[in-house]
Amino acid sequence: MLEVTDLVVRYGNATALDGVSLQVGEGEMVALVGPNGAGKSTLVNTLSGILRPVSGSIEVDGRLAQVPEGRQLFPDLSVADNLRLGAWRSRRRAGARDPRRIYEILPDLERMAKQPAGTLSGGQQQMVAVGRALMADPDILAVDELSLGLAPLVVADLVRHLRELNASRGTAVLLIEQNARLAFDLCERAYVLESGTITMSGSSAELSRSDAVARAYLGGLTDSEAS
Amino acid sequence: MSAFLSYLISGLAIGCTFALVASGFVAIHRVTRVVNFAQGTFPVVAGLTVSSMLGRGLPHGVAELIGIVLAGVIGLVVGVIAIGKRGTPTLASLVITLGLGILAYAFEIIVWGDQPVSYSMLRGAVDIGGARVAWQYFLVIGATLVTFAALGLFFTRTYLGKALSACASNPYAARLAGINPIRMGLLAFALGGLLGGLAGVLITPLQPVAFDSDVLLATSGFAAAIFGGLNSPYAALVGGLLLGVLEAFVAGYINASYQTEVAMVLIIVVMIYQASRRSTVSEEVS
Repeated sequence: MLEVTDLVVRYGNATALDGVSLQVGEGEMVALVGPNGAGKSTLVNTLSGILRPVSGSIEVDGRLAQVPEGRQLFPDLSVADNLRLGAWRSRRRAGARDPRRIYEILPDLERMAKQPAGTLSGGQQQMVAVGRALMADPDILAVDELSLGLAPLVVADLVRHLRELNASRGTAVLLIEQNARLAFDLCERAYVLESGTITMSGSSAELSRSDAVARAYLGGLTDSEAS
Repeated sequence: MSAFLSYLISGLAIGCTFALVASGFVAIHRVTRVVNFAQGTFPVVAGLTVSSMLGRGLPHGVAELIGIVLAGVIGLVVGVIAIGKRGTPTLASLVITLGLGILAYAFEIIVWGDQPVSYSMLRGAVDIGGARVAWQYFLVIGATLVTFAALGLFFTRTYLGKALSACASNPYAARLAGINPIRMGLLAFALGGLLGGLAGVLITPLQPVAFDSDVLLATSGFAAAIFGGLNSPYAALVGGLLLGVLEAFVAGYINASYQTEVAMVLIIVVMIYQASRRSTVSEEVS
């Protein structure tokens, strides 16, 4: 589905990603965790084609859509228009621009359809951002910092929607998260990105039992100790 | 009273053409963040072209259409040179438009000479409150209002118009959605050319146009455009009308040679006001 091999991305002389390789299988949910400045957003922006790699390859089997960090909506456009613009690439296909197909997945959005996106709460904006990405009919969804700045209940609701989406449509998810506990909870597999390289990878269960991961990302307690 | 009315109406009409030039500035700036210094070239080329076309016996309507379309094409060319290369800094694009505006003088003088030209469009006048007002003024006002209404519909009702607004609102998110910011920028430049061309076609019968009329038109259009911080076409319309009427009164009651100064003073006042409204907090945030 998604195969990233030896990806190198530089900003001028600074190397942001240094030989990153990762895979996301069909319908799989995979997490990428790591601290601030590790290169997580650089990776996802490279996957989306905003940044160009110096070397390495990205193979996507199907369409990839990004839910960017910080929502990045069009604040003065309505929710419905934000959604419609998510279908820009497939705009000529019949029905592609109709936001109603998103209301079936995220029913709350229908109520806010006419509101300017900038007036919504953070959680509602995140839902619009997810909906806008879904308008592209992605086979894989790259979600950058789903939980950042949102209340736990709001995050739980968004996570439920992602699970449903994955279960009902088989949409693969690459979840880029600072909140490792949330990421391990939602995804079967995970990668740890630090200073531009993948330092660890494996099943979420394995990783959350590892002392190194626990110290860095789970507040010092492995998952078994925490529970 | 009759003088007042005729100043008012002629001021509104001239103000409409400023507003059209201004809306070109706004369309281009919103999408590309570039202040297009060649904006005054579009009305000049359109006015000069229509004058030649009519001189060759082309009928009204066709001549005007050719003038407007040519201005649109020139807008596109200016856009290609100014922003066509990905990653061109905004300031570089701005300087390129300034250079192209000056380069245009040479072409205009070679093709049309350096003398002002004019032509008549609508003949006749109507009597309003004792003042004779030429029909042309009403044509200008009507055409401008229709254009602004159409622009409003284009930006808020059409998918392409919304994509342009999206580029203006959040260029990064627009790119993520697959909207090509350079293509949208070129579209904005072409639109700016068409709007400037329409202004030129309408104003030439009222004020003869020569190669160097672009300075006055661009200055007035810019003064109107900064009313909305270069981002609101409707504020630009209000600004244009205000400036047009103000200039007409200054010319009518004081001295016609102060017209340009009115626009300059207005630009300075609006900019100082806008700068003073920007709080320290918003400066730190942005």
